[in-house]
Amino acid sequence: MKKFIALLMAAAMLMALVACGNTSTNNGGNDTGDTTGDSAGDGTVTIKIGGIGPLTGDAAVYGVATQLGAQVAVDEINAMDSNIKFEYDFQDDTNVAETAVSAYNTLKDWDVDIIYGCTTTQPCITIAGETFADRYFQLTPSASSTDVTAGKDNMFQMCFTDPNQGVTAADYISEHQLGTKIGIIYNNGDAYSTGIAEAFIAHAGEVGLEVVATETFPNDKNTDYNVQLNACKDAGADLVFLPIYYTPASLILAQANAMGYAPTFFGADGMDGILTMEGFDASLAEGLMLMTPFNADATDDATVNFVESYKKLSGDVTPNQFAADGYDCIYAIYAALQTIDGLADMDHEALCDAMIAAFTSPDFSIDGLTGSGMTWSANGEISKDPVVVVIQDGAYVTM
Amino acid sequence: MTAMKQARRLRKTTVNSFINYAIVIVAFIAVQILVGQDMISNSMQSMLVPVCCYIVMAVSLNLTVGILGELSLGHAGFMSLGAFSGIIVSTALKDVVTADPLRLLIAMLVGAVMGGIGGVIVGLPVLRLRGDYLAIVTLAFGEIIKNVIMVLYVGIDGDGLHMATKEANLVLAEDGVAIIKGPMGAVGVTKISSFTAGLVLILITLFVVQNLVDSRAGRAILSLRDNRIAAESCGINVTKYKLMAFVASAVLAGAAGALYGLNYSSTVASKFDFNTSILVLVYVVLGGLGSIRGSIIAAAVLTLLPEMSFMRSSSLKDYRMLLYAVILILVMLVTNNPTLRGVINMVSKKFKGSKKQEGGAAQ
Repeated sequence: MKKFIALLMAAAMLMALVACGNTSTNNGGNDTGDTTGDSAGDGTVTIKIGGIGPLTGDAAVYGVATQLGAQVAVDEINAMDSNIKFEYDFQDDTNVAETAVSAYNTLKDWDVDIIYGCTTTQPCITIAGETFADRYFQLTPSASSTDVTAGKDNMFQMCFTDPNQGVTAADYISEHQLGTKIGIIYNNGDAYSTGIAEAFIAHAGEVGLEVVATETFPNDKNTDYNVQLNACKDAGADLVFLPIYYTPASLILAQANAMGYAPTFFGADGMDGILTMEGFDASLAEGLMLMTPFNADATDDATVNFVESYKKLSGDVTPNQFAADGYDCIYAIYAALQTIDGLADMDHEALCDAMIAAFTSPDFSIDGLTGSGMTWSANGEISKDPVVVVIQDGAYVTM
Repeated sequence: MTAMKQARRLRKTTVNSFINYAIVIVAFIAVQILVGQDMISNSMQSMLVPVCCYIVMAVSLNLTVGILGELSLGHAGFMSLGAFSGIIVSTALKDVVTADPLRLLIAMLVGAVMGGIGGVIVGLPVLRLRGDYLAIVTLAFGEIIKNVIMVLYVGIDGDGLHMATKEANLVLAEDGVAIIKGPMGAVGVTKISSFTAGLVLILITLFVVQNLVDSRAGRAILSLRDNRIAAESCGINVTKYKLMAFVASAVLAGAAGALYGLNYSSTVASKFDFNTSILVLVYVVLGGLGSIRGSIIAAAVLTLLPEMSFMRSSSLKDYRMLLYAVILILVMLVTNNPTLRGVINMVSKKFKGSKKQEGGAAQ
């Protein structure tokens, strides 16, 4: 019996491998000589954009936001009277590098032209290495580590880098005299949190801030922050910097409130989303300051239209900054494509070089939801103005 | 009569072993031919090395769980040790050993040694105890390794290796590079793993595990699983044989880890968490405890399944992980369904004539 099943499964395995082989030949011959555009007579060029991000697992909320944010932009552009059309596919990477590589290769089998993603830093570093070797242009909405872009000319970011956020936060706190004795609580098992915290600590001394307590926790599943809060309280911190995601931050705010500790809390962009969190008492976040490039409560036309279209796609979920970054990514790609001549005859390698040239050209600048006059440096990092908001009456108010 | 029976039995285990080698080699050749003809999609090609790693992980874990009969919940910890030590060695030797296959071999050997050291440290005290202590300690071991590597910063420059637990403390010379950066993991790794190396590692694993099981030591290990008291009363050194199986399993996991780590340009410690250990355990259990061939097939099929092109097609991709879970449950139910097993038994009896069935222990 054992042998029978074993043979059966071995046969199934081989069949499966052969079956994949067959399906791929249908899309096949994809590595050499294919061009990006289709050959429709009216001069319309179709560009295939392949997105990668976590649609399942712990980080799914970010992946889904970037997926739908970009979808809004793709739909808008395809409805326009433009000779550039997009085809868009978004593959799940479950926030694991191994799965991301498989997702990326699935997109390659689909003849992708431009990679949009990954949403999260860790898979993005791996995929950036792959796209750099294969020569695909890649733009990430939200992978913020400097390692993502380091040494890869094809890789560009829509978000701030982590060290940049840390330095900006220190500057802002010092300039506006929000506090002098700073406590920091960060997640030392997370690259994003560690990156911001270390840059902040390194820069704080230079701008006259005294870091009196540096407290850590190992992962976002941690539930008790009384030790860290007490350490900050005992050290006399009048401002606590929280470069962490909103889930642990919500617990920190609640536990600080319970122990009667009320310093100024200051967060980074990972704090965005705290007001929409289920079961969180928004009054606890009153007075919380955070840096976010996007404010869904803003009243300008672009934001209002985006929020409306996004809610239709998402089933009435308010977009966060990940969605807005994704939306801006597609428009940045679109704007760059418009500056390129002879799109229809380009393969992905030529397109990659042309896109790099377009993004780094000195007169290339994008006005989007997350900033105006956004430009990119040759190392792929974005330059835009940071926005700090404070939560008043349960809504963001730009400071 | 008895002599003949014995001869046949011996031949049967040998034949079984050779069937396993044959399955692996035939699958390898078939895949190579398909790759040569450009008939395998990019996504499947990118899965080849990880599949090899998971096969080695599953077969080696089977040695501990199925053959030794001890539960290990931290097999990914050994993989992690192998992966990160392999990455460090490979990066350090980049200019000394320029041939990629040779550097991969050295990295895998170092990974294997590190896995082995981890195995001895965990096994030596714990395997002396009775009960499920190994499960608890390996569970903790996996978490400890993960958390240690998460705060570890390792770099290399002209003066050699430097280690620190804070980024600011890692001071490197001008030409230095940081290999492991705490929670960021290892970044900028040169990818040197190959499918051929994976095949060789699987064959070595099969050779080690199958020959260990068929040896005098292997019979001692099996007797420990079936009845520890009886085995001990026959003069079998319990700790020695348990340690032998457990360390062999850790060594192989370390080598698989090195192969896995050097297949990606970046690797993070949280990849090798409890979930990965359980994933490998699932391969072993679904493949059949003690069945080497089952482990190979289960690891290959279950690793490839969620990445199949039909699972990532636009109609199914939203339900990918849901479908995967359903399939896992179905496999579990079907293989344990008495009616179905009866049917399969009847069919296989017809094939084999009146030959007696093997006992359930070997399942």
